[in-house]
Amino acid sequence: MASADMARVATAIIMAALTKTPEKKGRKGLLGRKVGMTQIFDANGTVVPVTVIEAGPCPVMTVRSSDRDGYAAVQIGFLDKPRRLASKSIRGQVAKLDSRRAKRRAEGGVPVVPKADCEPQRFVRELRGTYEGAEVGQVLTVDLFEGVEFVDVTGTTKGRGTAGVMKRHGFKGQRASHGVKKVHRHQGGTGMNTSPGRVFKGKRMAGRYGNERSTMRNVKLVRIDKEQNLLLVRGAVPGPNGSYVTVMQTNKIRRVGTPAATAGKKKAGGK
Amino acid sequence: MNHKILAAVEASSLKSEVPSFQIGDTVDVHTRILEGEKERVQIFNGVVIAKSGTGSREMFTVRRIVAGEGVERKFPIHSPKVAKVDVKRSGISRRAKLYYLRDRAGKSTRLREKRDETTGGAAKPVGKTKKAAATT
Repeated sequence: MASADMARVATAIIMAALTKTPEKKGRKGLLGRKVGMTQIFDANGTVVPVTVIEAGPCPVMTVRSSDRDGYAAVQIGFLDKPRRLASKSIRGQVAKLDSRRAKRRAEGGVPVVPKADCEPQRFVRELRGTYEGAEVGQVLTVDLFEGVEFVDVTGTTKGRGTAGVMKRHGFKGQRASHGVKKVHRHQGGTGMNTSPGRVFKGKRMAGRYGNERSTMRNVKLVRIDKEQNLLLVRGAVPGPNGSYVTVMQTNKIRRVGTPAATAGKKKAGGK
Repeated sequence: MNHKILAAVEASSLKSEVPSFQIGDTVDVHTRILEGEKERVQIFNGVVIAKSGTGSREMFTVRRIVAGEGVERKFPIHSPKVAKVDVKRSGISRRAKLYYLRDRAGKSTRLREKRDETTGGAAKPVGKTKKAAATT
């Protein structure tokens, strides 16, 4: 045990030396599920298209620190899953402290590690950065986002399977007539002649499209429903309905002034 | 599950009293519009030719002829900007979308009026229309 601790401390020191920049302060974040889109009316009576995200409650499962793990982060989960579907290690991670096994270990002198004391979670993610006051077993809810105006929403885009170049890369395709035969949705040429005599790497072609991680940045948080754990964000969010998403407070620095102010500036410039 | 949550979200945007009218009705739509600082009510009169959507997304289309040119406006039923919908005449329609009115002009755009026995015919709404026309 002692040697393992030593090794851990040693690696931590090395890591600290390697990463000169201090760990960034973590952004507020929650895990959730995309419910679907609808529209609501704002105070002015204007229609606002919104995506409804069921976010939290998210139990904090692990808190990682630069001293112990080499990086700071907080691991949170979303939605309970049956214990029978979780591996033993996961069951151990969230196990109750008053279980028989835990008692036996405590008697045996094994140090008690804080546990989340919750069911195994379906969707688990680590949010990087230091979180002051974050404790294992703490439960995060949408209350976290009170006062937050803009968020980033990360999800997995809809899988489109094998897609052609027009859908995948936005190529224009070819003409409908003038000698074009059966290649209306194809790309044109893929390269030159005998020199270089090959197709360059990275040439955009048809292939698998979608089903990849994607982030919508700087999305306006329109409403928070604390009773139902809902976040309403303006506009679309990646993925099909029912898919898991990560909602983070945005770190994208907005230009000085509100959108209205910048619009006014533009007008002034035009004049 | 998802539907229930969405319905709950939309519930906050729904009107408690939904204006009642039917396809084929001639209506006055009272809309609140902002003119500078002042808010005033504008009336759009015409025939309801279509309804679409459900929940907070429900819309209706009103068609009228302005200076010989057909004009259609689509309103969200639950919009706070739609203050009131007055039914002036109830027309008989056998279909949900009266798009065929777009291909017609003049007298052929008229719809037969609904004659309701219980309220003693449709004479009343007609009188109203005339009055409204006289005042404007």
